[in-house]
Amino acid sequence: MTGPFDSASKSPERIGVYVCHCGTNIAGVVDVAEVRDWTEKRLKGRGVIIARDYKFMCSSLGQEMIEKDIQKLGLTRVVVAACSPHLHEQTFRNACQRGGLNPYLSELVSIREQVSWVHTDKHAATDKAKAVVSGGVERVIKNEPLEPLRVPINEATLVVGGGIAGIQAALEIADAGFPVYLVEREPSIGGHMAQFDKTFPTLDCAACILTPRMVSAGTHRHITLMTWSEVENVSGYVGNFTVTIRKRARYVNTELCTGCGICQEKCPKKVIDQIYEAGMGYRKAVYTPFPQAVPRYPVIDKPNCTYFSKGTCKACEKFCPTNAIDFNQQDELITVQVGNIILATGYDLFNARRIPHYGYGRLANVYTNLEFERLSNAAGPTNGEIVLRDGKTKPKSVGIIHCVGSRDRNYNNYCSAICCMQSLKFAHLVHERTGATVYNFYIDIRTTAKAYDEFYQRVLEEGTLFVRGRVAEVTDAARKPEEEGRLIIQVEDTLAGKQRRIPVDMVILSAGLEPRKDAKETAKLFGISCSADGWYIEKHPKLDPVATMTEGIFIAGCNTGPKDIPNTVSQGAAAAARVLGRIQQKEIFIEPVRASVNQDKCSGCRICNNLCPFNAISFIEDRKVTEINAALCQGCGTCVAACPAGAISGTVFSNEQVLSQIDGLLMLNLEYMKEAPELVAV
Amino acid sequence: MTEQDQFEPVIIGFTCNWCSYRAADLAGTARVKYPPNVRLIRLMCSGRLDPTFVMKALASGADGVLITGCHPGECHYIEQNYKALRRYQLLKRVFAQLGIEPQRVKLVWASAAEGVKLAHEITTMVEEVRALGPLHWGASNGREVHDHLPTEDMELPEEAEVMA
Repeated sequence: MTGPFDSASKSPERIGVYVCHCGTNIAGVVDVAEVRDWTEKRLKGRGVIIARDYKFMCSSLGQEMIEKDIQKLGLTRVVVAACSPHLHEQTFRNACQRGGLNPYLSELVSIREQVSWVHTDKHAATDKAKAVVSGGVERVIKNEPLEPLRVPINEATLVVGGGIAGIQAALEIADAGFPVYLVEREPSIGGHMAQFDKTFPTLDCAACILTPRMVSAGTHRHITLMTWSEVENVSGYVGNFTVTIRKRARYVNTELCTGCGICQEKCPKKVIDQIYEAGMGYRKAVYTPFPQAVPRYPVIDKPNCTYFSKGTCKACEKFCPTNAIDFNQQDELITVQVGNIILATGYDLFNARRIPHYGYGRLANVYTNLEFERLSNAAGPTNGEIVLRDGKTKPKSVGIIHCVGSRDRNYNNYCSAICCMQSLKFAHLVHERTGATVYNFYIDIRTTAKAYDEFYQRVLEEGTLFVRGRVAEVTDAARKPEEEGRLIIQVEDTLAGKQRRIPVDMVILSAGLEPRKDAKETAKLFGISCSADGWYIEKHPKLDPVATMTEGIFIAGCNTGPKDIPNTVSQGAAAAARVLGRIQQKEIFIEPVRASVNQDKCSGCRICNNLCPFNAISFIEDRKVTEINAALCQGCGTCVAACPAGAISGTVFSNEQVLSQIDGLLMLNLEYMKEAPELVAV
Repeated sequence: MTEQDQFEPVIIGFTCNWCSYRAADLAGTARVKYPPNVRLIRLMCSGRLDPTFVMKALASGADGVLITGCHPGECHYIEQNYKALRRYQLLKRVFAQLGIEPQRVKLVWASAAEGVKLAHEITTMVEEVRALGPLHWGASNGREVHDHLPTEDMELPEEAEVMA
């Protein structure tokens, strides 16, 4: 710890201070010239030998000004008062480097985001700007020259999630010739897209466009596919992650299995398929989720298998022509080394049971969107026949309710982005296949991407009816004879300005998209951040949408928020491009924000030992001192703050830097002026 | 009290690089207004907050200290904000024993998306500290007053050491 501010000592540094106007962004509120004059006069004794102001410090002329001053005036420290360090810290560090000064001997302090943009009183804002500059000057004096850490990049990449985003990302990287581990929790890759029938707005068959991609991913020589597997542990850092993957026992020897499907035929145990068929159809206890599954090997669902629960059966084993069934198989833990990780973990559907007045789960003919996808799918439980739950009656009228669980402050405020187009697609399919009357109950129609609005016009022309208003209730309580035995949709038609009761035979709820139930645990496992909802947070929502705050971990697809297929695929490809860029660099530079232990000072109290979530701190038993592994340290500084002996120091945010900045911000550094009274009267 | 001689407190704010500093950036980008009494210091994590920093700020003339971090469960370093929370609880007890009003040291969770919330918390805190008046621990109070240096006040109470 430093003591009280030492007014007697003058800083030996030669500091240059540059105050930016940012056009009128700063200069409109802060009197930039006054800040410059004040700095030059009042902080002279602290080593400020030059203070300048300039219209745009980040422009090439502004940067050259710094470079020239470093060379001509021999500056040893640089302070720029401009925008947030998150915007231009690197810019000015680079300028210092070009001028011949170690980049970490500069400091960017924010007088835009933290002063001119948030304050209106010009006098007070100018005073605060002076304090902020003063804080920066004191801090920069304590800065140390540092070198960024060079980290070699392992060429392999882990892709988590085998939906279309993960498949796209894996293929892009593998096609470039680098190894990929593609990990999927379910028995097959394909994700939600494999469940769909048609894709809007072109009405391509989902399986027809997805299956070739799945096959490519399954057979690619650079892709190691691990389905029925989950990531258990992640350690390490960008370039050098060590990942432990639990490959669950399939009870099928994939070396011997040919995927002939006889086991599935012979298995006597039928199970309702809650995942792939969305509860609409059955599968066996030994199964592949769908015929085009990749890989084609089945898995035995242990909790539902008769042999595992009762000890007899083994029908699959008896009939398997290649003796591939192996009831003794155990889970395997596989450890892989990768340089980068792409998370493409997808979404869960909003649980429509949470809105009891829409009757899902209580009224038989209320379907969710995913159920309807299976119902309309030619490979689905009804072979694509759109029929009611009785399995034979075709509906004469169908109501599609938009925004179920989305744009609703009781559930989710956000728009789920895909429901409008999906509902229009359903309307088209119902119309085409049954000729039924279709009602869409919507709040707003949002058809913003390419060819989307044209599709909307087409559905309008087909005669689908649109009622604007949020549905109040779906009920089977008839009030009139024509409502008997039907579902009645109670809605306020906000365009007609009246309440309506519309009887229909089938209701489809366009349930919104939600983060995966375990999204937060996954975020924790990989050390990335997610919003309160559970959506993952991008490094920058606009400019860096597939990177995260954690170096080396990228995100793609619906885990950052609802997306349609084109956007999801773009993100998969974008994440792959980011990873490929990294791999091609062969090594990357990371910020040298790291903690280290002065072992002469360390008392071996071990207070810090349990504080590190990255396991960077270890205790050396024979010498009774603590050690920090710089490669594992992420630079949070918690141990630095905790060390009672002051034996741990942290670069870039050292105690000296922070304490000096406090002095500067509180203008204690002006105390020295007592020695130079001629300068006090500014 | 007229507007001219209204007491203007000086508050030092410690912000986390990943959430609350970005919330402050966002407040700026969105032009959300708050009083100019807070001067922010960026740390990598609220877990970096050495309780000594708070003591030092108050001893050096600040009238209040604002500590901000990521919401529980959203820490960029997984769980270090909980350590900040623990230290904050201990600090509050120490300050109570030193006779410092609890409103002078405040912990606020603000995510990178919560610029408006951070601005609101700052505004509230400034008003609370303004109502309390100056702390008079340090001399300069962040303004250009040059009476004496608070050397004797800088001796930290022992509790601060234990806190970590």
